[in-house]
Amino acid sequence: MADNTHLLNSKQMARFVAEGYLRFDELVPDELNRAVKEEMDNQAIPREEAGSPLSAIWPDAAVGRVFRLPEIEGIIHSLVGPDPLYDHHAVHTVAAGHHFGQHWHADAIIDTRLHFDIQFMYFAHDTPREMGGTLILPGSHYRRISESDIARYHNFVGQVPMICKAGTVIVLHHGMWHCAQPNRTDEMRYMFKLRLNPTVRQLRLWNTEDIDDPEVSHILSTNQPWHGNEERIEHVNRIHFWRFLTGDDQFDNHYWLSRIENEPELV
Amino acid sequence: MPETRQKLLVLYLRTPDLHAGVVAWSEFDGTSAADERHTSGDAADSGGATDPPYGSVVDAMRDGWRVVQFPQQYPAYPGTEYQVSYLKYEYILEKMEVVDG
Repeated sequence: MADNTHLLNSKQMARFVAEGYLRFDELVPDELNRAVKEEMDNQAIPREEAGSPLSAIWPDAAVGRVFRLPEIEGIIHSLVGPDPLYDHHAVHTVAAGHHFGQHWHADAIIDTRLHFDIQFMYFAHDTPREMGGTLILPGSHYRRISESDIARYHNFVGQVPMICKAGTVIVLHHGMWHCAQPNRTDEMRYMFKLRLNPTVRQLRLWNTEDIDDPEVSHILSTNQPWHGNEERIEHVNRIHFWRFLTGDDQFDNHYWLSRIENEPELV
Repeated sequence: MPETRQKLLVLYLRTPDLHAGVVAWSEFDGTSAADERHTSGDAADSGGATDPPYGSVVDAMRDGWRVVQFPQQYPAYPGTEYQVSYLKYEYILEKMEVVDG
């Protein structure tokens, strides 16, 4: 069980609902970053069986210690609960001097659930722009597509390259669009990805003390520059998702759902 | 007879109005050699540019691009009214350029 002090708060959860990811700069200590980098260099992180309890994975490896850090356990608990399952991991690499950007994609297939998986992207070494890193598209997580359906798109207003220091972690909703970027340095670029599945209903798993903070509504209303005319449809999806996460079927934001759910029968 | 080849520019707009702002874009250059298909930092690559090449479709038309395809518009299929997926307002433009044979 995660220490309550490391659980996400409602404003962070609202950010996850609105943008589909959260970023934690330099969260992992340098000593662990160096140890994980060595494990990746040595291809020493074994693939485990999908559906295994995360708690049973990598008991002795440095990368296992990363995902048992209290701060990381708090993030995991807040999003997918206390005992998630290992889905898969990948040591993603972009070789030195690889000058091609990967095509945009989302992982897995069309996924219509409100229940959601999370994907960690962990950057164990400094990642300047000339090294990549992974390019993500905030607010793309509700878009129903299958893997590389979106490969025709090249650039979006508002896309975010992961430029970060060693030890930075982002956690993504499984639907997020992303792609690897060219590596113009003379060193291999790594990104460690881990996907986790929930085993409990994802209902108020975070620290909800600030659930009524007006900032939550403000964050849920944050627009992405590439949404254009679909901003309001995006808001509707966020409201549905917030209802699912909080169990509050009456929740609304700026009256978007109250209006279209109003069907009086009184004669 | 000089050989001409096609360059494609795909612009995705905020609304169907051809004056609307560009929110995403792609470039496919048939005039380039095979080994130049992707070059580092090229806008014809994911993440290769941060700003759109034009402010709108009309801006691109003023620079000689010809619109060759409009997005069709359909009412939402029942049950999908609040689903989001691909970018809806996709305009495909072309330029034909002379290349050395």
